[in-house]
Amino acid sequence: MGRYVIRRLIQMAPVFIGSTFLIFMMVFALGDPVAALFGDKAPDPATAARIREELYLDQPLWKQYLHYMGQIFQGDFGTAFNGQPVTELMAAAYPVTLRLTMVAIFIELVVGITLGVLSGLKRGHFIDSSVLVLTLVVISIPTFVSGYVLQYLFGVKWDVIRPTVSVDAPLNELILPGIVLALVSLAYVTRLTRTSIAENVRADYLRTAVAKGLPRRRIITRHLLRNSLIPVVTFIGTDIGSLMGGAIVTETIFNIHGVGYQIYQGILRNNAPTVVGFVTILVIVFLIANLLVDLLYAVLDPRIRYA
Amino acid sequence: MPEPYDPQQAIAPSGAGGGMDLAMSEAETLEKTPGGPLGTGPAGKPRSLWSDAWHQLRRNPVFLVSSLLILFLVLISIWPQLIASGDPNECHLADRQLGSSPGHPFGFDNQGCDVYTRVVYGARASITVGVCATIGAALLGSLLGGLAGFFGGWWDALLSRIADIFFGIPVILGGLVLLQVVVSTTVWPVVGFIVLLGWPQVSRIARGSVITAKQNDYVQAARALGASNGRMLLRHVAPNAVAPVIVVATIALGTYIALEATLSFLGVGLRPPTVSWGIDIANAAQSIRNAPHMLLWPAGALSITVLAFIMLGDAVRDALDPKLR
Amino acid sequence: MRGATHAKWAVCAVSVALAATACGGGGSDDGAGIVRSSWGDPQNPIEPANTNEVQGGKVLDMLFRGLKRYDPKTGEAQDMVAEKIATTDQQNFTVTLKDGWTFSNGEKVTAKSFVDAWNYGAHIDSKQNNSPFFANIEGYEDVHPESGNAKAKTMSGLVVKDAKTFTVKLNEKFSSWPETLGYQAFSPLPESFFKDHEAWLEKPVGNGPYTVDSYTKGASMKLRAWDAYKGPDKAKNGGVDLVVYTDNNTAYTDLLAGNLDLVDDVPAKQLKNVKADLADRYINQPALIIQTVVFPMYDPRWGKPGMEKVRTGLSKAINRDEITKQIFEETRTPATDWTSPALHEKGGYKAGLCGDACEYDPEQAKKLIEEGGGLPGGKVQLTSNVDTGSHREWMDAVCNSINNALGKGSVCTVNPVGTFADFKNQQSNFKMTGPFRSGWQADYPLIQNFLQPLYATGGSSNYGKFENKDFDRLVREANQESDQAAAVAKFQDAEKILADQMPAIPLWYQNGSAGYSELVSGVQLNQFSVPVYDQIKVD
Repeated sequence: MGRYVIRRLIQMAPVFIGSTFLIFMMVFALGDPVAALFGDKAPDPATAARIREELYLDQPLWKQYLHYMGQIFQGDFGTAFNGQPVTELMAAAYPVTLRLTMVAIFIELVVGITLGVLSGLKRGHFIDSSVLVLTLVVISIPTFVSGYVLQYLFGVKWDVIRPTVSVDAPLNELILPGIVLALVSLAYVTRLTRTSIAENVRADYLRTAVAKGLPRRRIITRHLLRNSLIPVVTFIGTDIGSLMGGAIVTETIFNIHGVGYQIYQGILRNNAPTVVGFVTILVIVFLIANLLVDLLYAVLDPRIRYA
Repeated sequence: MPEPYDPQQAIAPSGAGGGMDLAMSEAETLEKTPGGPLGTGPAGKPRSLWSDAWHQLRRNPVFLVSSLLILFLVLISIWPQLIASGDPNECHLADRQLGSSPGHPFGFDNQGCDVYTRVVYGARASITVGVCATIGAALLGSLLGGLAGFFGGWWDALLSRIADIFFGIPVILGGLVLLQVVVSTTVWPVVGFIVLLGWPQVSRIARGSVITAKQNDYVQAARALGASNGRMLLRHVAPNAVAPVIVVATIALGTYIALEATLSFLGVGLRPPTVSWGIDIANAAQSIRNAPHMLLWPAGALSITVLAFIMLGDAVRDALDPKLR
Repeated sequence: MRGATHAKWAVCAVSVALAATACGGGGSDDGAGIVRSSWGDPQNPIEPANTNEVQGGKVLDMLFRGLKRYDPKTGEAQDMVAEKIATTDQQNFTVTLKDGWTFSNGEKVTAKSFVDAWNYGAHIDSKQNNSPFFANIEGYEDVHPESGNAKAKTMSGLVVKDAKTFTVKLNEKFSSWPETLGYQAFSPLPESFFKDHEAWLEKPVGNGPYTVDSYTKGASMKLRAWDAYKGPDKAKNGGVDLVVYTDNNTAYTDLLAGNLDLVDDVPAKQLKNVKADLADRYINQPALIIQTVVFPMYDPRWGKPGMEKVRTGLSKAINRDEITKQIFEETRTPATDWTSPALHEKGGYKAGLCGDACEYDPEQAKKLIEEGGGLPGGKVQLTSNVDTGSHREWMDAVCNSINNALGKGSVCTVNPVGTFADFKNQQSNFKMTGPFRSGWQADYPLIQNFLQPLYATGGSSNYGKFENKDFDRLVREANQESDQAAAVAKFQDAEKILADQMPAIPLWYQNGSAGYSELVSGVQLNQFSVPVYDQIKVD
């Protein structure tokens, strides 16, 4: 077990190098960022050349990459074009995004699994059909619309919440953004739970549990749910990365200067340090998330073991 | 074709019975054993699990309804002229955001184009992208994820870490870089791109399911009996692991159609004058406060498509599940 | 047994992850008389000679007062720190400063404050975006050579005579040069800027009516009225809190919810609701911005003689009235010349100068394009970046208008470019193969700024590489004219050449827009569509 974890941690090194290089190369391929610094005006050639030189942009790709990695190992992630160090941006963005993601995942777990269990146990019943309709709505209505409509209703029309998230981003302000962010994933979690439950309801061990006369509640939570959770847990593991890095729309609507927003800005401005820095941390986050999920497999299904 | 299983098929019409149907245990468990893991019928004739599934599928009303729906969608994708006579790109700004009027049942969009015509013509691009990308991502993902889960060890380390690297590519960055270099007016670069970014998720799900499924007693038994890896994977593990993949794939179908719009808005997706639901939904989203009708129709079309595939997925899953038989 | 051990491992790791997020809370202060205003993250560090966009410009406008300042209403360049700027030959200028101006750190504003600031802004080592603004001062090539290192530290054309006086020698005659000095790049800088540059960037110090109280990069800046400010335009409020928003629509929602007092860019998708939401607390007025579609004259398919008919035909196929009304809700005005109404007639704006060539007439459009030999390859592709503004929507509308006018199906298509950076590279490397969007916001309210940089041979932003000897000659003559009215007349003659040749189709003049809360009054925008913060009253 311990060795397995250590091995997985060691495997992070090649992934780290692979993804930083891949992302670095991609931002490089986006093109020269310098001309855009001059706005609508034409760039002054001499100044532009100076800036390129300073940012190592006049070097070939591999030299740029080595230079960048060299800096990273000294703890320097470079600067964004507004003069802010990327580490500073990350220190501001990651905590907020992490909290937002936690809220979203909490909602996915509680609401998604509850609805999934209910519809899995009552297949074809009213609750099952309602959940299906909700799923379709969530998939076809873009986050932009659901987010904006909810924000408008709760924040402006009924005035029950603050429509935008303040800089400190306390948890209560993150509830609505968390719901909006969770919506599409909810569809996945609900349907994955439903399917697993419907499948496992007929499994032998459940019959045994029923035959033993265990209370219904205990059967559902201890036996049925525990064995149905593996796909759900796997999904949530993969979702952490996409929720953290891909919450651009939600973050934009609610004025959250989070990870997705910063990566997007970095891409728009072809700023390699911003994009690579943020994505690197993101990759580490979901490597850890995936490791946790794999360890959870063994908790949920004791037959699974890692050598 | 021998049909020893008819009684079970009758009690499992897509599991509509609901509840914890634990009462029917006796007969089912008894008859399940001989038909099950080793894939031989009671008479000793080899009998394919897959053909068995197909046999059951044909009788499932859910399957029939969803197939008809999909057939209809495919038809209008190929021949939109069948039900829409106008030109989706004929737009007069004077009609901007107007509601429905005779000859224009769904009203007009931001540019004054007829929404009905655009919904019909949008089917082709959207369904091609959605279905092809889903199939691609599901196949590639379950293949690589399945192998990683089944063999474990170095296979798992290698395949899973490759998936991790792909996970790290932000969609927008990948789109801007990879799709910019391809100059094509077809939907295929977009399909390829979505497959490329979509497979790691399917692969994780498939891997998790395979890891669970291979713990089952009958798989262990088959292994003990010396069954080959390929046979075990295909016969015993895959049918038991496929359910979550189907669920994820059917929902992903909808999100991929929407993802196309994101790419198109960045200028790297479908090229104008191609019409698609995704683009129209995204356009309509901008005017949600003033003209919600514009969103209703393309979003409705997308819902129906996803519904059809979710129903199909449910039916297929039920047919493959040995416990439901 | 086994399961329990596994669980412990998992729980440990989860709690580590959770611990990282255990923070948050904290309140926000609320001062009396403070204006809460929306802001966008400035594109570059805030320095006068490095800021070339509105968001950084907002801050500079509160922090600095230069030699001249443009009257927010008339656009006239009025003396601010300057006592007078005298010249006899339109090439040598003597600048005299007023008494009593100081920086908020107590330093006096002297001739040296200006000369040092300008030398810094021009010097290649400072890498300032706006250095070309100093290019017409003698000695610029020495501090800012086209390649290699600088040969001098200062420009020979700038000489400090005494604390209150300095002289400027230009490379060539430029009669309206003093009128350009209201631009923020010409602001004075205190000694502290040069002594500790990093610290200055953290908390800029200027000589304007406000001081920076606190600055959190990427999030907010709190500016407070400077009590000791001696200038004529003392702040009428206690201060301004600028809050960075991810999106102008988000800011608009916050305005409706009462969390914000001023949004200086009403999002396009809310224009229809603005009357219902804000009643008369909405400003929509001309700014010094014109949107055009530029042809790549360097591509012979578009630039060869005879194509002017096709270019004019396309201009006549665009129904500007309908597009500005339907899509922009009249926050744009159909353009009939190549300047802006915010210049006013005195400054050189002349409605209808473009004449027939800018009037929508589908029949004529079709005829002209046929006479000119038709569209190259039978097609036209309109290019713009689509990551900012709502460019996609109007481009679709323009193409539909052209397609409807020509009646040949989808001959006009939109070519969206994902990022501004990419678009900008294609533009400045002259890689365009068809007409492309070009937005121009003037740096100062002078007709010269709308014409020379954009259409003169070698002009700094002449992205279409339009070259015309007569045009160049008229611009040169206009710059040497000492009489303003005569200069304007010459510029307008040059502009008529544009109407004949149509190297760029004028689409519309862009207005500045703003919405504000019931708590504030006296809100106005200047011609750069920046709110005049010092005039805002908080009730």
